[in-house]
Amino acid sequence: MKPGAKILVESLPREGTEIIFGYPGGVVLPIYDELYDSSLRHILVRHEQAAAHAADGYARASGRVGVCLATSGPGACNLVTGIATAYMDSAPIVAITGQVPTNLLGNDAFQESDITGITMPITKHNYLVKSAADISRVVQEAFYIAGTGRKGPVLIDIPKDVSTGLAEDTPLPEKVTLRGYNPTYKGHKRQIDKAVELIVHAERPLIYAGGGVIASNASAELVSLATLVGIPVTTTLMGIGCIPCDHPLNLGMLGMHGTEYANFAVMESDLLIAIGARFDDRVTGKIDTFAPHAKIVHIDIDPAEIGKNKRIDVPIVGDVKAVLQDMLSGLKKNNAYEPWLKKIKHWKQHHPLRVKDDGRLHPQYIVRALSELVKGEAVIVSEVGQNQMWTAQHFCFHHPRTWITSGGLGTMGYGFPAAMGAHFARPDVPVFDIAGDGSIQMNIQEMSTVAANKIPVKVAILNNMYLGMVRQWQELFFDRRYSFTELPPVDFVKIANAYGIDGMRVDSPDDVVPALKASLDCNGPVVMDFRIEREENVFPMVPAGAAINEMIGGHPRS
Amino acid sequence: MKPHTLSVLVENRPGVLSRVTGLFSRRGFNIESLAVGTCEEPGMSRITIVVIGDDAKVEQVMTQLHKLIDVIKVSDLSENERVERELALIKVNAEPGTSRAEILQIASIFRALIVDVGSKSVILEVTGDTEKIDALEKLLRQYGVKELVRTGKIGILRGSKSVPGSK
Ligand SMILES: Cc1cc2nc3c(=O)[nH]c(=O)nc-3n(C[C@H](O)[C@H](O)[C@H](O)COP(=O)(O)OP(=O)(O)OC[C@H]3O[C@@H](n4cnc5c(N)ncnc54)[C@H](O)[C@@H]3O)c2cc1C
Ligand SMILES: Cc1ncc(C[n+]2csc(CCOP(=O)(O)OP(=O)(O)O)c2C)c(N)n1
Repeated sequence: MKPGAKILVESLPREGTEIIFGYPGGVVLPIYDELYDSSLRHILVRHEQAAAHAADGYARASGRVGVCLATSGPGACNLVTGIATAYMDSAPIVAITGQVPTNLLGNDAFQESDITGITMPITKHNYLVKSAADISRVVQEAFYIAGTGRKGPVLIDIPKDVSTGLAEDTPLPEKVTLRGYNPTYKGHKRQIDKAVELIVHAERPLIYAGGGVIASNASAELVSLATLVGIPVTTTLMGIGCIPCDHPLNLGMLGMHGTEYANFAVMESDLLIAIGARFDDRVTGKIDTFAPHAKIVHIDIDPAEIGKNKRIDVPIVGDVKAVLQDMLSGLKKNNAYEPWLKKIKHWKQHHPLRVKDDGRLHPQYIVRALSELVKGEAVIVSEVGQNQMWTAQHFCFHHPRTWITSGGLGTMGYGFPAAMGAHFARPDVPVFDIAGDGSIQMNIQEMSTVAANKIPVKVAILNNMYLGMVRQWQELFFDRRYSFTELPPVDFVKIANAYGIDGMRVDSPDDVVPALKASLDCNGPVVMDFRIEREENVFPMVPAGAAINEMIGGHPRS
Repeated sequence: MKPHTLSVLVENRPGVLSRVTGLFSRRGFNIESLAVGTCEEPGMSRITIVVIGDDAKVEQVMTQLHKLIDVIKVSDLSENERVERELALIKVNAEPGTSRAEILQIASIFRALIVDVGSKSVILEVTGDTEKIDALEKLLRQYGVKELVRTGKIGILRGSKSVPGSK
């Protein structure tokens, strides 16, 4: 017989866990006591929100399930934003929370909160464990649910008397079977044949690839298919990295801040092949005007996504990798789309993304400089806002899982802790957090974590002393009335130094490359405070409610 | 917008009802009627839910219901020939004398049972579809309905067909 806490801590490595991010408190003391002698690595964060984001960053960079741990009540509630962030982007994490003893459940006991109730709509599933004997089974199921099908967060709530209660080790099944959970991986043959048929007969096909391609580890299959038949590819914010940025068929991101040529291509295509993408409103703009001439094929593992926002001609429920492999076997080399590709090439030439070169410090230049220095061999995490969009537009990503950002929830404060997590997944490459001065201050306390654990995250703050993205909307749509979006100057170098981290301030374009190089040469964490043009905007941009080819800040239509 | 009767087979576990109803409330659906009980499968329950909504929205909730780990099957009975029933218990003022006799007469026409007789009231038990119970209630109003309790609607497909599984 052993205590539930020991069963828990022993069951995590069995599921492949090597590291957990957490913060202790009363009811998790028994679990922390077991961690004291365990070989599991534990990183003490400075706020539980950061634990959830770090687990998420680890998960997205590695493709494995990330784990975080918090105490009951305030600790568990602090995880909520992180869990919701993971849920919206389908990131696999297991969140473990302590709970008051079972005999006090529902009594408003000290530090009690109904975290399974609170997280019901933001988890794929959750558990309130009632007996130590259930722990190993629940942990096995939780990892299985989090890491299969459409991935997502699972929460396990463990009352204190369950972690101190004694139970025997129970033998676990080789494979988890749950009657109510059977994701479909293989696509329906007839549907796949129909899709192949449409491709063969299309004149202006376009692939619209999303986060599902990355989740499915299907980048190679995607690139093979696109190249074999010669179909251009546009990606969502979450799909960035599934095809190399400099691949001739890559049109970059589509949607609100997508490239003009990607959005033009959507509007003119006669066959849109959506692969692991969910027709988000940031992508489609005014939905009835999206891809008006196209037949639509939609490949998605989640049947609830198919037809949710847009009518689909050929739905294919299945895992991207499996479906693309089947499609590939039905397709042959093809040069049928030459006129279409020529048209796209013309758009690409005449409507490129722009960087001003006027001697001032523009954020796009900083992103491009970093991109040229690391040549795709880095993990780039972002915060939320303009910093995120400039990075998505101007950084050249070569590999999947090297771009990590909060897309669905758009959580400011995500980037820095997610970058910490990403480092443990990819210690072999530098990890950058591209930040805004607003976002970085939402989890700035983690400077203490990176300093204490020598986590070599490089933070590049694109400091405009504004909540820039909101200011941009106020400038464009609210008559420049900058209501509560200006931030006072903050000396981030001093803050970094106070935490024991190196800091650099950069005011001119000439100092950008030397600063970035210095950060790469440094073994530890670094904070770079780039004082950018304050009222720089993200362009092009689709205004809310417009069709996606009605962009502002683009080139005149040629 | 039309009523849909959904039949949901679930694992009988704590929290499952909140999970199911939460998917409706977050979309602003009002649940018109809800009934939960054990069923032919050991360890499982069947939930019957009546909601009013446009077909596409109801279909979206159904696909979301499928995704819940504790949900085994979801089907929309409204698409098929079915039997639907509700049960109501109605406590009516019934002073001994004429009104009591009339109430007993109405009860027998509706094939309602008298399950309790008090000095000033009687309790009727009636089973049927929504319209029948509505009609009975309306008739009894004139005597003074002191309390009325209705179960949610339950439904089953006609013939040898059983609720189609789609999971
Ligand atoms: C400030 C801001 C601006 C933004 N602007 C833009 C913009 O201009 N353009 C843009 O694209 N986004 C933008 N976004 C992001 C946007 O909000 C959405 O998060 C994003 O578009 C969703 O990407 P996705 O469709 O790839 O879906 P994801 O959220 O990545 O979902 C993945 C889809 O793939 C499916 N899937 C998962 N795994 C598999 C598998 N193994 N096999 C098959 N299918 C699978 C899932 O069911 C789901 O449907 C912005 C966000 C912010 C915060
Ligand atoms: C937690 C949270 N609160 C509010 C918002 C709304 N919001 C979106 S972008 C943004 C401004 C971000 O400012 P900053 O981090 O300085 O980045 P910039 O846009 O200037 O690059 C705000 C407030 C959000 N996304 N997340």
